[in-house]
Amino acid sequence: MAIDFNDVKNIWVYAEQRHGKLMNVALELIGEGYRLSREMPEGTKVCGLLVGDEADVKPLEAELFAYGADEVYTLADPLLKQYTTDGYTKVITDAIEEIKPEIVLFGATHIGRDLAPRVAARLNTGLTADCTRLDVDMNNYINFLEAKTTCKTADLVPGNPAYTKGEGLLKQTRPAFGGNLMATIITPRTRPTMSTVRPGVMKKREKDESLTGTAINVPVKLAASDIKVTVKEVVKATKELVSLTDAEIICSGGRGLGGPEGFNLIKEFADKVGGVVGSSRAAVDAGWIDHSHQVGQTGTTVKPKIYFACGISGAIQHLAGMQTSDCIVAINKDPDAPIFEVADYGIVGDLYKVIPQIIAEWDNADALLAAATK
Amino acid sequence: MAYKIIVCAKQVPDTNEIKTNPETGTLIRDGVPSILNNDDANALEEALKIKDAHPGTVITVVTMGPPQADVMLKECLAMGADDAILLSDRALGGSDTWATSNAISAGIRKAAEKMGGYDIIFAGRQAIDGDTAQVGPQIAEKLGVPQVSYVKKFELDGNKVTVERALEDGYEVIELQTPCLLTAIKELNTPRYMYIRGIYEAEKAEISVWNADDIGVDKEKEVGLRPSPTNVFKSFTPKPKGAGQKVAGDTEKEIAKNLLISLKDKNII
Repeated sequence: MAIDFNDVKNIWVYAEQRHGKLMNVALELIGEGYRLSREMPEGTKVCGLLVGDEADVKPLEAELFAYGADEVYTLADPLLKQYTTDGYTKVITDAIEEIKPEIVLFGATHIGRDLAPRVAARLNTGLTADCTRLDVDMNNYINFLEAKTTCKTADLVPGNPAYTKGEGLLKQTRPAFGGNLMATIITPRTRPTMSTVRPGVMKKREKDESLTGTAINVPVKLAASDIKVTVKEVVKATKELVSLTDAEIICSGGRGLGGPEGFNLIKEFADKVGGVVGSSRAAVDAGWIDHSHQVGQTGTTVKPKIYFACGISGAIQHLAGMQTSDCIVAINKDPDAPIFEVADYGIVGDLYKVIPQIIAEWDNADALLAAATK
Repeated sequence: MAYKIIVCAKQVPDTNEIKTNPETGTLIRDGVPSILNNDDANALEEALKIKDAHPGTVITVVTMGPPQADVMLKECLAMGADDAILLSDRALGGSDTWATSNAISAGIRKAAEKMGGYDIIFAGRQAIDGDTAQVGPQIAEKLGVPQVSYVKKFELDGNKVTVERALEDGYEVIELQTPCLLTAIKELNTPRYMYIRGIYEAEKAEISVWNADDIGVDKEKEVGLRPSPTNVFKSFTPKPKGAGQKVAGDTEKEIAKNLLISLKDKNII
């Protein structure tokens, strides 16, 4: 059943938790939802939505408040201990139909991208995937278009149909065609407006433990027969967990490494600078390194303080995942490689000769600067 | 036991080959090859493996797209699929994922009538042009069957399906019964090549083309641009970030030193 447009209010954030631990993206979305709610009519709240077993989710309410949630809705049931598409879709859909949020945001995790489409289909509403920017306020949106895109904004003036069409609506911006194109999507006629948002893109608010809010337990109607799948086992990766999204420094290797053994040097480099190993899709496709290291449109979006791109040519789908890094250092033999167009520092040369020198001199940076400025 | 399998596939432009025109902010699609979407090739391969192990299994590939998508369907037939259906109609153009899943689920229902039901629907996790990963789950919802997405390992025993579903930090082992819908990722398998004889036979094969009326969807309310709940407000290209500085130096050592001096000077390290 479609939800009446006039009854809806507030922004919900699906606060994804696994085994009683919130995913980072949930807190990022509380931060983003907070920002958006203040662009919307007065009184609009940002609300966390917790789903799971009571013992897992209850302790998380305080954390959501500390990061800015005005309200937290909790859907707790022993049958929800493990994520299942069926179980979670049913209880979330029921809660949305009953409480009628205007906007529902999910993290674009493997679970968010499984759950959100199913919920949106059941509600017959629109869902926009993998957003990297959200706006309600039109001026903020226009400023973004002018600063970061080639989009013409002359038609976006109040009263003009091109403007009115998006006025007051959530403008959901996402990359498509491997990052070659960006599109802003609106959901004009159905509610709630639903989006999944890429992890690592939005900003958390500063944690403030003194903040509180309203916690609401929503009764859950769920029977074991509603769930058609059985989760037999959850296996944590035994390999070292790559946390690209949290890394301050990333050392990434690409096809220019020439072979899988090139990642030994990248690993040594990363260890020296306190960074994490990343890679381009080409290196993953070649089988040189696991997909979990992949940065880019089909991998992870990253925003570290320093991104070292080593032997990466800079395919647009890679750039889409790293070009907002604070500082990009590119090392490549080919002076025409597109990576140099986004790099803050470009080094044209053999990475096998350059990187060992950076490793050797890394700890001397203070002395080098002192000597240079004497 | 023989199975009845549906594979959902999409013909996509090879996004690695796409360039944009920075003047107009539009895609240059001329000369960009159209390919069978990567994850969909893994979906088809898993179906073909079932057919290898269970003779008598029948595989029908369903796609929605322009008439030229028959090239991709013939590729699927040449890999070993038995039947191919193209949902093609101007009325389907401009569909978002909601409307697309209305059309494809209706197409699958009709295909299932022809096959006498289905046991498993395989789809790719996502298509490389849109990257939404939404259509698979939305088809499952509309057909009322359970789904597992991001499938990286698959086993079949009678009506029992056991899969591994990839997570960011590991995987889950999930059991479910047929009929169900599974979305495939690259890790699931390595797609086979087309058979030479298959290519020859696929060339002669008749592809069923069904329009909106054939699959019984409401052109005003279920498919196409107008009823789609999401609309494109603006589309554009990102502004290229200005190129930075080239690090000077006659030797690698000098280059490394100059880089570190500048990084330190700007408090980046």
